[in-house]
Amino acid sequence: MNLANLSPLAVLLPILGAALAFLLIRHQSAQRVVSIGILSATLLLECLLLMSVWDGGTTSVTLGGWLPPWGVVLVVDQFSSLMLVVSTVVSLAVLIYATGQGMADGDHEAPVSIFHPTYLILVAGVSNAFLTGDLFNLYVGFEILLTASYVLMTLGGTGPRIRAGVTYVVVSVVSSVLFLIAIAMIYGATGTITMADLAIKLAELDQGTQNLLHVMLLVAFGIKAAVFPLSFWLPDSYPTAPAPVTAVFAGLLTKVGVYAMVRTETLLFPGDTLNVPLMVVALLTMVVGILGALAQSDIKRLLSFTLVSHIGYMVFGLAMSSVAGLGAAVFYVAHHITVQTSLFLVTGLIERRGGSSSIDRLGGLAKLSPLLALLFFIPAMNLAGIPPFSGFLGKLGLLQAGVELGTPLAITLVVGGVVTSLLTLLAIARVWNRAFWRKPEDAEYPDPVLLAKGNVGVLPRTMVGSTAGLVVFGVALTVFAGPLFRVADGSAGIMLDRSAYIHSVLGDSVQVPPLAQTVEEQTGDAK
Amino acid sequence: MSINLTLLIIMGVLYACGIYLILERSLTRVLLGLMLLANATNILILSTGGYAGLAPLFTKETNPEAYSDPLPQALILTSIVISFAVTAFMLGIIYRTWVLARQDEIQDDLEDVRVAKTPSFDAEDDAIVPLETSEFAITPSSAAERDTTDSTETPKTATTQEGGSA
Repeated sequence: MNLANLSPLAVLLPILGAALAFLLIRHQSAQRVVSIGILSATLLLECLLLMSVWDGGTTSVTLGGWLPPWGVVLVVDQFSSLMLVVSTVVSLAVLIYATGQGMADGDHEAPVSIFHPTYLILVAGVSNAFLTGDLFNLYVGFEILLTASYVLMTLGGTGPRIRAGVTYVVVSVVSSVLFLIAIAMIYGATGTITMADLAIKLAELDQGTQNLLHVMLLVAFGIKAAVFPLSFWLPDSYPTAPAPVTAVFAGLLTKVGVYAMVRTETLLFPGDTLNVPLMVVALLTMVVGILGALAQSDIKRLLSFTLVSHIGYMVFGLAMSSVAGLGAAVFYVAHHITVQTSLFLVTGLIERRGGSSSIDRLGGLAKLSPLLALLFFIPAMNLAGIPPFSGFLGKLGLLQAGVELGTPLAITLVVGGVVTSLLTLLAIARVWNRAFWRKPEDAEYPDPVLLAKGNVGVLPRTMVGSTAGLVVFGVALTVFAGPLFRVADGSAGIMLDRSAYIHSVLGDSVQVPPLAQTVEEQTGDAK
Repeated sequence: MSINLTLLIIMGVLYACGIYLILERSLTRVLLGLMLLANATNILILSTGGYAGLAPLFTKETNPEAYSDPLPQALILTSIVISFAVTAFMLGIIYRTWVLARQDEIQDDLEDVRVAKTPSFDAEDDAIVPLETSEFAITPSSAAERDTTDSTETPKTATTQEGGSA
């Protein structure tokens, strides 16, 4: 039996789990068992999917008996299955963390018990967005995860969360409307919304129409991925949500936007028409984001700005449209999902132990809780790109690809990337020096929880355990970087070639059009 | 593909009103704006389907060209459901804002307020040290001169410094 036929389960299992968890809303221990069990089963399934395409196959499943240019297809290739596995590992760790936090705080109030069903719906939306081979289904996946994220963002309905939630909801809805307009235009121009079919038919349009559709899609995805001029909503809305929610948003939601950008650039609009603007945007995202991080005194806000800044690296890799650049970007996405989420989880622990997440109110945590310091130090150094961690390897791959490309703009980006990396180290070192190394009494406004003696702010074992698990997973990405980079480069090669994807969806008889630069000479035999 | 002019004009008007409304500060108007944008987009999708034709129920005699395109309608149905969910959620948020703050307005961002409150005037860097250290008061003419040359905050600090020294 073909393993890819099981891929709809990656979406269905979390949805069924959500339904079950919703039914068990009054039985919290059963709810915990169900949601963690379902998510583990999903992870197992996705590992099987990844293994089935490990050596570079591409398989597709048509749903509901409607054949490809009409029905919805799910496509399993190296990139989508790698993203699935990493995202589910991260969401499982966050779910366990949140369960531990809930158990420690005693969440008996009704609103919090909807956390589990909503969380599983979020995971289903993310899986759907990664797997789908249909543009409208991608929109539906986005909407599933966004609607779940609106609920999670405003969980509890306190004043600051509602305020942040309004910004988040309005910006997301506007980006979704833009995406839907782009889909309508694309359907009007080509008469299809299956991505593989679009890859053939979009090339037949004239260049102006192509550019218009291309830019509309990129703007819609750019808002979701928080690329520079469209990134201002993110540091404003993420930090107010509960710690586990911020962690999973930071890890997954922007990366779904990056994933969609990668598919747009490689499958729908290949070639280098928009590479120069993308590179400029990537540079600005990196530099402006990290300058914002340097000005922050709250760790959560600071991390939100580093999140925006590091999206720039992925866009840089994407904009090079070479196997080396795209491969490094794929690796960087996997690395960044893990590291950014673990940092936000650790910040949740810091807030529990020190009473605050502001570096003006913290101090001496290295002595008070050495384990916490270790858990912060490893992903922090990883994020800043200190050898030998995966952050270093990913950045090295990007810089090598940039130097290989050799255009003046690419070299500027290489320099910008190095500077951003150094500034990240500076921002992280500021947190380290102030929150961990100085004496608690030296803090500007020391938090009472921090100064209290005795049995204060004990960290629940489940929360520390899940954070440690994720940190270990981040280190494992470093240890197994060799095979992982091979898969990332392989997936980049497959994506840039496009024929495997198109053939797997539409059958082997379809002729794949050549890249955009040469298409004008060959429009005669493209169909 | 043909275009229905009435639909096109309605769509344009809806987009214009929607964009105007989401720029308002009142949350309910923002919600109305989002609903108009979603409906305008639905009309856009509908107009991509081309001529209105027969219902797409297969009979052997009918020419395939006579059917209307069912796919845009399926897309609209999905997008209506989605915008329904978003609208319901926004209404919940608006109600919650009303309960918490007794106002239907977008709240200011705390960080923005903090930055806006930080004066551009820095006491150490920007203060004008009085040149004149004698006990005589500053003449009105020299004070007026300062008013015109420097920012509005300078005279205030100049007087406080004088008060401190006195």
